[in-house]
Amino acid sequence: MLTRLNVASIYVLDKDEALDFYVNKLGLEKGSDFKQGDYRWLTVRVPGNPDVEINLEQPGPPLHDEATAEQIRELISKGALSGLVFHTDDARALYETLQERGVTDFTQEPIDHFYGTDMGLRDPFGNAIRILERKNAAAATA
Amino acid sequence: MSRDVEDLNRRLLRARDAMDRAYAEPLDVRAVAAVAYISEAHFIRSFRAAFGETPHRYLQRRRVERSMFLLRETDRSVTDICFDVGFMSLGTFSRTFREIIGETPSSYRDGHEPMVAPNCVQMWAMRPRVAAGAATAADNAVQSSSFGEAGSAAAP
Repeated sequence: MLTRLNVASIYVLDKDEALDFYVNKLGLEKGSDFKQGDYRWLTVRVPGNPDVEINLEQPGPPLHDEATAEQIRELISKGALSGLVFHTDDARALYETLQERGVTDFTQEPIDHFYGTDMGLRDPFGNAIRILERKNAAAATA
Repeated sequence: MSRDVEDLNRRLLRARDAMDRAYAEPLDVRAVAAVAYISEAHFIRSFRAAFGETPHRYLQRRRVERSMFLLRETDRSVTDICFDVGFMSLGTFSRTFREIIGETPSSYRDGHEPMVAPNCVQMWAMRPRVAAGAATAADNAVQSSSFGEAGSAAAP
């Protein structure tokens, strides 16, 4: 029996730039960051939620040959690869905060729906990020 | 070389996102091309190379998707919905809708109930597909430097 999702991976074009965006702009915290030879294992996670980590993966050796890496990079920059969905307790406040931190690539400003308030943005590389403030969050988590 | 491709793709994606955000407004292709920092002709060519359809067709399908949403979820009249999603005339809206969906807005409404799915899922997943042949023919029929309603009027 599976018990939990532990790590999900997304592709980014540059690990340092990704770390800066996901931590300093979006507000995640750094999880793991260590090197094994040439390979850097780098994850971020929602503060206070250490069980689920997002692995920031960069196409290229040793995972991919250069031609494969190039295809993946093109797909990332077309917005055709990864996406993440987060929850927030206040979508509009977060929208303001993100703007103050210099985030400009919003795909959707906060909009109210029957299920809550959601918004959308992209990371610097083209990956889609959705953020949802659920209505009746207590009932929904039950 | 490859960095250039990624950089261009990223700017084209930003322009595509702008269409998804502002579909209800009277967009012109020059303004959308400006989001990508490239000329109108270069924008149309490279958008099509990256995403498989012209910016004009992309915007039409976004507008039709949003109209399908409003037809399913609201009681607004077909005419109101036509203007809500950025079409400038009911004739163009009805023709474009029928060309892409294969039925009229009213009959689509009759056949579809509201859908329980998050809005972002609907925007991703419900955007109408177009048979490759049909899309190409339509794109070719449209003078692709034109972006607004005048262009789509070229369709039969």
